[in-house]
Amino acid sequence: MGIALVLLIALVVIVFIFVGFYNSLIGLRNRCDNAWSQVDVQLRRRYDLIPNLVETVKGYAKHEREVFQRVTEARSKAMNAESVKEQGEAENMLRGALKSLFAVVENYPELKANQNFLMLQEELAGTEGKVAYARQFYNDSVMKFNVKQQVFPSNIIARMFNFKEREYFEIEEAEAKGPVKVQF
Amino acid sequence: MYEQISRNKWKSFFLVLFFLSWVFLLAWLFGELTGFGTAALILAAAIAVALAFGSYYYSDKIVLAMSRAKPVEKQDYPYLYNVVEGLAIAAGLPKPRCYIIDDTAPNAFASGRNPKNSVVVVTKGLLEKLNRVELEGVIAHEMSHIKNYDVLVQTLAVVMVGIVALLSDWMLRSFFWGGGRRRGGTSRGKGGNAAAILVVVGLLLAVLSPLIAQLLRFAISRKREFLADANGAFLTRYPPGLASALKKISADTEPLEAANKATAHLYIVNPLKDLKGAVNSMFSTHPPVEARIAALEKM
Repeated sequence: MGIALVLLIALVVIVFIFVGFYNSLIGLRNRCDNAWSQVDVQLRRRYDLIPNLVETVKGYAKHEREVFQRVTEARSKAMNAESVKEQGEAENMLRGALKSLFAVVENYPELKANQNFLMLQEELAGTEGKVAYARQFYNDSVMKFNVKQQVFPSNIIARMFNFKEREYFEIEEAEAKGPVKVQF
Repeated sequence: MYEQISRNKWKSFFLVLFFLSWVFLLAWLFGELTGFGTAALILAAAIAVALAFGSYYYSDKIVLAMSRAKPVEKQDYPYLYNVVEGLAIAAGLPKPRCYIIDDTAPNAFASGRNPKNSVVVVTKGLLEKLNRVELEGVIAHEMSHIKNYDVLVQTLAVVMVGIVALLSDWMLRSFFWGGGRRRGGTSRGKGGNAAAILVVVGLLLAVLSPLIAQLLRFAISRKREFLADANGAFLTRYPPGLASALKKISADTEPLEAANKATAHLYIVNPLKDLKGAVNSMFSTHPPVEARIAALEKM
């Protein structure tokens, strides 16, 4: 009689432990999803800043139409990109177009001193930082989830309920990995 | 980085455990010698917690009032706002409220009972004298304090100091005014010697414990500072930023007017630049800057 009771209690305890593992895997996986959508929030913020930037520069350098067009085109391509590869290419274009835009600004000292422009420049720099931090946080969340998915004994539960390993966010374009050349 | 983080976490955990055991040892001894036992411990704990609760719960408001910090809006200081927001994203925390102290001495601190009620305060001098990576290092250190619930840890340490102080005080008083009520140890044949030794040990502990408790509390504070440095470097993934900031801040000899002994422990570098020498450093809330920079450079 006594042994049966002990076994029953042991079983209940094990079930509780396994439920705990399952729930923490669910929690960590949701954190990864949340972190991924936060990256999009910051990217969107970056895209929203660009029209203001273009307008401010236009106020001082109306005739540099080609540059403005490139920036606007690149931005809408990036916003409407459907695959990861498309977005990567569009981001590349956008980065190049913004570089030309800031090169143009170099020729207009009153623009460089303009309060609005300085504010937007700071916002853009800040948002770039936030995109980077959001991606970093996504990778940290993925690491926590993957560890839980792989260590014993929670990997038993992970396999039972088909929790798949998550992918890290990695830069794919070769250009972004190379050194940045600053030329004026 | 990971090793330093886990090492400091374990060190502060063991310090707290040791502190707790000390408290219980004192309470047991007190019980053996005076017969009041657990009642005394419970009373001391209740008093210490009650006294500390207000300062814990309202830690953000109290500290802001004491340092005369002013709240800032995004349009006034977009640079600071963006740095704080970026690091809050990296840490997975809600963005703390930002405040400024109008002082040219560079320094910063964070407070708040939990991440939702947290504040980050920097001096104008800090914003002017540090560059972006250095500022990010400092804010990341402060953000780590918030994430690690260090206000709670420090409050617990202060509560334990309070309990030890009360128990020691009562023990001493009961000896000098009442001779103490033994719980019948002598009559049960343990011998007069054992009881006498216990009394001596008890008196010794009663006198020394408050001092030891303070030393433990400062040791805990120093470990948490190392931990915040390591966590901060982890957030920015750039230890040299914080190292360079620490070098700049400690080299600046200007005293921070808003700080005094009560708030000094919160700042990233001790604003009261008068603690030198081995004995003084045992009572310091912060580890020496050279040790912190060395730890960062090892990452």
